[in-house]
Amino acid sequence: MLETGVTVRDPGPDDAVLGMLPRRVALPESVEEVAEVLRACARDDLAVVPVGGGTKLHWGPPPERFDVLLDLCCLNRVVEHAAGDLVVRAQAGVTMGALAGALAAEGQELALDAPFPDATVGGTLATAVAGPRAFRYGTARDLLIGVTVVLADGTVARSGGKVVKNVAGYDLGKLFTGSHGTLGVIAEAAFRLHPLPADRRWIVAVADPPGMAERGPCRVRELAATLAASQAEPSAVELDWPHGQGPIWMSVLVEGAAAAQRAEALAALMGDALRSVRAEPPPQWGAIVRDEVLAEVRFRPSRLTGVLDAVHYSGFSLRGSAVSGRMWLELWDDPGEDKTVTALRGLRERLTALGARMTVLATPYEGVDRWGEVSSLPLMRRVKEQFDPGRRMSPGRFAGGL
Amino acid sequence: MLDELTAALAGILPADSVITDPVRLRTYECDGLTYHRATPGVVVLPETAEQVAAVVRLCREAGVPFVARGSGTGLSGGALPREDGVLIVTSKMRRILEIDLPDRRAVVEPGVTNLAITEAVRDQGYYYAPDPSSQQICSIGGNVAENSGGAHCLKYGFTVNHVEACEIVTPDGDLVTLDRMDPGYDLLGAFVGSEGTLGIATKITVRLSRAPEAVTTVLAAFESIERGGEAVSAIIGAGIVPAAIEMMDALAIEAAEAAVACDYPRGAGAVLIVELDGPAQEVERQFAQLREICSGAFELRVAAGAEERAAIWKGRKSAFAAVGRISPAYIVQDGVVPRTALPRVLAEIDRLSAEHGIRVANVFHAGDGNLHPLVLFDDAEPGAGERAETVSGAILDLCIAHGGSITGEHGVGVDKAKHMPRMFSPDDLDTMQLVRCAFDPAGLSNPGKVFPTPRLCGEVPGVRKGAHPLVESGKAEQF
Ligand SMILES: Cc1cc2nc3c(=O)[nH]c(=O)nc-3n(C[C@H](O)[C@H](O)[C@H](O)COP(=O)(O)OP(=O)(O)OC[C@H]3O[C@@H](n4cnc5c(N)ncnc54)[C@H](O)[C@@H]3O)c2cc1C
Repeated sequence: MLETGVTVRDPGPDDAVLGMLPRRVALPESVEEVAEVLRACARDDLAVVPVGGGTKLHWGPPPERFDVLLDLCCLNRVVEHAAGDLVVRAQAGVTMGALAGALAAEGQELALDAPFPDATVGGTLATAVAGPRAFRYGTARDLLIGVTVVLADGTVARSGGKVVKNVAGYDLGKLFTGSHGTLGVIAEAAFRLHPLPADRRWIVAVADPPGMAERGPCRVRELAATLAASQAEPSAVELDWPHGQGPIWMSVLVEGAAAAQRAEALAALMGDALRSVRAEPPPQWGAIVRDEVLAEVRFRPSRLTGVLDAVHYSGFSLRGSAVSGRMWLELWDDPGEDKTVTALRGLRERLTALGARMTVLATPYEGVDRWGEVSSLPLMRRVKEQFDPGRRMSPGRFAGGL
Repeated sequence: MLDELTAALAGILPADSVITDPVRLRTYECDGLTYHRATPGVVVLPETAEQVAAVVRLCREAGVPFVARGSGTGLSGGALPREDGVLIVTSKMRRILEIDLPDRRAVVEPGVTNLAITEAVRDQGYYYAPDPSSQQICSIGGNVAENSGGAHCLKYGFTVNHVEACEIVTPDGDLVTLDRMDPGYDLLGAFVGSEGTLGIATKITVRLSRAPEAVTTVLAAFESIERGGEAVSAIIGAGIVPAAIEMMDALAIEAAEAAVACDYPRGAGAVLIVELDGPAQEVERQFAQLREICSGAFELRVAAGAEERAAIWKGRKSAFAAVGRISPAYIVQDGVVPRTALPRVLAEIDRLSAEHGIRVANVFHAGDGNLHPLVLFDDAEPGAGERAETVSGAILDLCIAHGGSITGEHGVGVDKAKHMPRMFSPDDLDTMQLVRCAFDPAGLSNPGKVFPTPRLCGEVPGVRKGAHPLVESGKAEQF
């Protein structure tokens, strides 16, 4: 399609962002075409929302204005997989599932757990979601070694490269990771890879929630701390607590050589908790099950008991890492705007008192305070002003109206 | 103008924290890259973050540039002072403020040395993972600024992967905390590695790592670099990620031998140091694989304990200083190539060396393709310094040509700013400097470093005027 310029089409119902329809959908097929679209948008002052797999398009508030949906689905090439260097370069529209498939063929993986398999490389970076194994491998920004971005005025800029070790210049990749499309478009990314682990085991255990005095005090925090400190090196320690009520499920992942023996050793550390060791992940491992109302809680692992106390009977389901201090809060039965706003406000109050942070990633309700206080917001505003002075890139979709 | 500022500084800092005596000023004239020198206009040694902020505010009001300095071990001239500016030295900010093992973190002031953190928690079975060879003296503030690495960053990553939060003094003189937990842009990620150009770190929260259950250190001697290189490829190919894979060539071994009598196997064309760590059972299995992979080595030593491990590392860790034994002068280069390009690049370095009559000793982090060629010359010989410079620069060109980088850990500083345009386009560099403009529009924080030409902030980059040719020709739609 290159000969005819960038493909555009009229929007359909699936192109809406929180009910707002764009005027056009652009389907660039190369980095240069992305630049071409953005130059055209700059010329006519059109506001742009980039989209990858569309799995998280309803996260964040609606854009202040919305003219063009920049669909990166056709930017879907794995540009280079240098297996001997443990490096891959991929365009933004490659899905995490497709990338994993290509890498697995060479016995390698990008050690990033994507909660939705249809999510793309670009969307995963732009939202910086973290999964269970972040405890061991870090998050997207830790595995990203280079990016090509396109700014609102069509400037194409690269930073980093395709070598793992590199400190030349500022790291734009880190800045764009988690920027929710508000600084520009991530068009291509290079990652460091890991060999696929030789083996994997999950230990699944059940623990009592806080406040179940008749069955003894809540030992979840203590268990998590023991596992985190263990030299058997688990890759992840996840909690799953549907509706914030009843028993808490704890799943521990062990990867690598001798995973089975190491898992047994770890299971033994878990004392009298009911548990089993298995070769398959437990249901909903690393998943986001419902995200109409979705919040992320970040906390110091030593405050886990306080976090559990806050969530108990709040109506929210809790899932995530007990050892990295990062969990999802999902609302499975929406009680309506008023109750949701109140529940979230109450949760933030209690969590903030623990030194924890709660960010509401998705909610249909305008009355919700999504971000809470952000101390470096003035600096962030200045960054936004520099990168997107015309406020054309996903305007208003990020913290503090960035 | 500096006189007025100096008086104002004396008004807000303790008496012994403002240095103006020319002799004492000169002790700060360079960092570890000693051929760039400048006597700072004035040196201050603040004791608290508030004092740093007050100093920066005075600088801003006076329009005077300032440069942060930690321990001055940097190898790219990042802490090179300004004659017309203030050098802010963190050596009085050396307190470890908090150690929190349950949360695996430590909060420290910027002047704390890298090793001091590990020493504070080692007995409890923890350590701070990034381990630059200079770790006994370099400061954590300097590490943050340079995003320093170390031999073990192959498995564990660099400073940026181990910093959880930084309190910084912005170039406006505000105290702001950048925290990985905060929503919004990852300003912390942008700050780490910015070489002092986005402000000054005054408090750093680092992540502590649990000590591994088992460590196995192996020294393998090969007849040639090529053989050693093949072993490295085979290790990676086998799906092993060792904590470290280091390599030294014959000339580097000779130097280390002369300096510290490390007693590496005689006649080796290359030695490989491989360190495996992790759960005991995993290390055991990987070691069995490693033994097989290194079957082409003519000697294989396995450290039986901490002492033997230290003996194996001794030669490698002393390599930079050791070349002083075999050459009156030398340049430490730092470049990166994709690991698989190592054999080709080393052969080309050999060729460059022969062509210019300049010896090059190679020490490198083989696992991640980070080369540290030591370019040897005799500074008494006319023209030798220039030839060494030529070879050193040509090595960077090789790195770029092979898709690598002009610096893997020593930073750009003043030394490599001129090489940046060879690795990055003007648009790349301008875009990076947008971050600079957001943090430091007046360009007072460590000016002249990293970027060859400063971007004027506030200047809006040009937008293409007129219709796109495809639109004009009717081949594309305008929207
Ligand atoms: C023998 C030797 C071996 C080395 N080995 C390694 C190695 O293995 N890996 C590696 O990565 N490096 C290595 N280095 C380089 C050097 O030690 C590192 O770059 C180190 O991080 C510098 O720390 P410093 O405290 O000495 O910083 P300085 O040299 O004082 O400053 C370095 C830069 O940091 C800035 N800076 C300092 N403090 C702050 C602060 N608080 N806030 C903001 N900016 C600040 C300065 O302005 C300057 O730009 C080595 C150096 C030597 C001499």
